[in-house]
Amino acid sequence: MGDFAIVAKGLRKLYGGKPALDGLNLRVPQGTVRGLLGPNGAGKTTTVRILATLLRFDGGRAEVAGHDVATQAALVRRRIGLVGQNAAVDEVLSGRQNLVLFGRLFHLDGGRARRRADELLEQFGLDDTGSQPVRTYSGGMRRRLDLAASMILTPSVLFLDEPTVGLDPRGRNEVWEAVRSLVRAGTTVLLTTQYLEEADRLSDRISIADTGKVIAEGTPDELKSTIGGDRIDVVVRDPRDLPRAAAAVARVSGGEPTLDDDRRMLSVQVRGRVGTLAETIRTLDAAGLGVEDIALRRPTLDEVFLHLTGRRTQSADGAGGEEKAGKGGTGRKGAAGTGDGARTEQEVEA
Amino acid sequence: MTIGTLTPGSVPARSGGLRWTLADGWTLTRRSLSHWVRDPGPLIASLAFNVLIVLMFTYLFGGQMRLPGGGDYHEFLMPGMFAMTMLFGISLTTAAVAADMERGVTDRFRSMPMASMSPLIGRAAADMLFALVTLVVMMLCGLAVGWRPGADAGRILAAAGLILLLRFALVWVGVYLGLAMKGKEAVAAVQTMEFPFGFLSCAFIAPSTMPGWLGAIAEWNPLSSTVTAARELLGNPGWGGDAWVVRNAMTMAVVWPVVLMLIFMPLAVAKYRSLRA
Ligand SMILES: Nc1ncnc2c1ncn2[C@@H]1O[C@H](COP(=O)(O)OP(=O)(O)OP(=O)(O)O)[C@@H](O)[C@H]1O
Ligand SMILES: [Mg+2]
Repeated sequence: MGDFAIVAKGLRKLYGGKPALDGLNLRVPQGTVRGLLGPNGAGKTTTVRILATLLRFDGGRAEVAGHDVATQAALVRRRIGLVGQNAAVDEVLSGRQNLVLFGRLFHLDGGRARRRADELLEQFGLDDTGSQPVRTYSGGMRRRLDLAASMILTPSVLFLDEPTVGLDPRGRNEVWEAVRSLVRAGTTVLLTTQYLEEADRLSDRISIADTGKVIAEGTPDELKSTIGGDRIDVVVRDPRDLPRAAAAVARVSGGEPTLDDDRRMLSVQVRGRVGTLAETIRTLDAAGLGVEDIALRRPTLDEVFLHLTGRRTQSADGAGGEEKAGKGGTGRKGAAGTGDGARTEQEVEA
Repeated sequence: MTIGTLTPGSVPARSGGLRWTLADGWTLTRRSLSHWVRDPGPLIASLAFNVLIVLMFTYLFGGQMRLPGGGDYHEFLMPGMFAMTMLFGISLTTAAVAADMERGVTDRFRSMPMASMSPLIGRAAADMLFALVTLVVMMLCGLAVGWRPGADAGRILAAAGLILLLRFALVWVGVYLGLAMKGKEAVAAVQTMEFPFGFLSCAFIAPSTMPGWLGAIAEWNPLSSTVTAARELLGNPGWGGDAWVVRNAMTMAVVWPVVLMLIFMPLAVAKYRSLRA
């Protein structure tokens, strides 16, 4: 399977008789970034742990960097890097000591391990803080150190399991930038995330997972046309204006807005981005409708799921509810015109 | 930002075999040594705690303690304390193993091309080094409060050997518990359990002063065999029990740790392997 860095065929993993993976298929061409997108419990971490040789599986086949995961684990380990859901670095040691330690464990000799550590510290922008203990690092710095440790032997395949969870926007950008430069160096990346925007920005192709299976796959653009493109949310000042606003927005966007009376909000899928936003604002203004908030954003994972499976994500009842409260309460969606509305979903998470 | 490459082909491919197990184990032992240098707090706290117990039993309770054989309580106490500190070491091992598990460091090791059992070897070696330091500190502390070994260097070393043998067996208990349990509460639970295990022995109190059934449990406590054997070797007074297990303390001080090792080493290794399950 020469051209694929990752091949998973019908992967099955049972936990106490219940399938965590239920015939998961994945083929990732060499040198590309694959986003594995899915809600809590979809099986993202399980997939990554199996492919990184940390977990046995009950059925199917998996190959990473040309080696069988089940029978050639040692060979696979020489060719992969893993960044798990929490930064797996030693808190007491300094950043440099961490990298030297891991370098030695990759069997570099002392001098080479130290040189490689310095090189990576510099490349990941940690040279100033390299001698400080990791517990004084910010979340973003820890993640970068974590990434650097995964890069000591340049991996053919790098697994990133929700690498930006819990990071502020700045930390997130730092990690994204680091991932992009790894990809330029030729590494194949499998990135799991719950954020559509993250998958969209980093991936060549996205696989959407649900209940242990991949249920959709394509380039971000392909998926957007199947799962619905960007959306505009409008919050009106007076709830009685909502139907009129909906009619106006429907005319501009050509879509069918969904209404949420409690939040005085309507939401509609749009094709054009900023142009449609500007026109929507003009139309609402011309109709004399008082608008409190308006935002252009990517669809949330929840909406993608609603679209693909006709049901909400399992986490939508709990986390989704909080998200709504967060948005409504703080009015964070003042992102109109920035073309970056999707970040609200992550700000709430962070 | 560009990232320099280092191809896997340029480093040794083999990760199995004794050589790499020892080399990687040693690398991880040195990691623990670095911890002690960079963050000596926990170790100092552990040593201070042991010293405090010696002071407590010597000056606070010691006045009231009467040995059945009429010996000096200081002399009786110190070998018991030496073994007791080895028992307290379990929670240090458990805490270190559990912390690596929780942080994902163990997973990183397992995803790397290093000798698979080396994290356990490195843990054991580091903990044994610290046990040695602890024993030396305890002996110095004992000398300071008036404990005197009535034995030559060879017998003192033999006693130290038995005490460290117990610690080595308990390392595997600690590793197993650290792998099997989840979170910080588990470490606290292990710490709490150390006390009844330690006190229900002949380390501080003569089992003959306990109710019969309790005394028997105390006599059969593996800790008691090590303590009794150490007292004999160090020429310190015992408490004069005549049960079989007491009379054969020297043998049992080897048998018990070996039995513990035979149980807990395979359990720890199996547990570590089963992280893949
Ligand atoms: N060790 C385990 N024991 C039992 N069940 C497990 C275990 N690990 C995962 N599962 C179950 O397997 C399923 C997939 O879990 P997994 O962690 O792979 O999901 P995920 O997509 O990574 O979710 P998240 O977004 O929450 O990280 C879930 O239903 C989970 O409850
Ligand atoms: Mg996960």
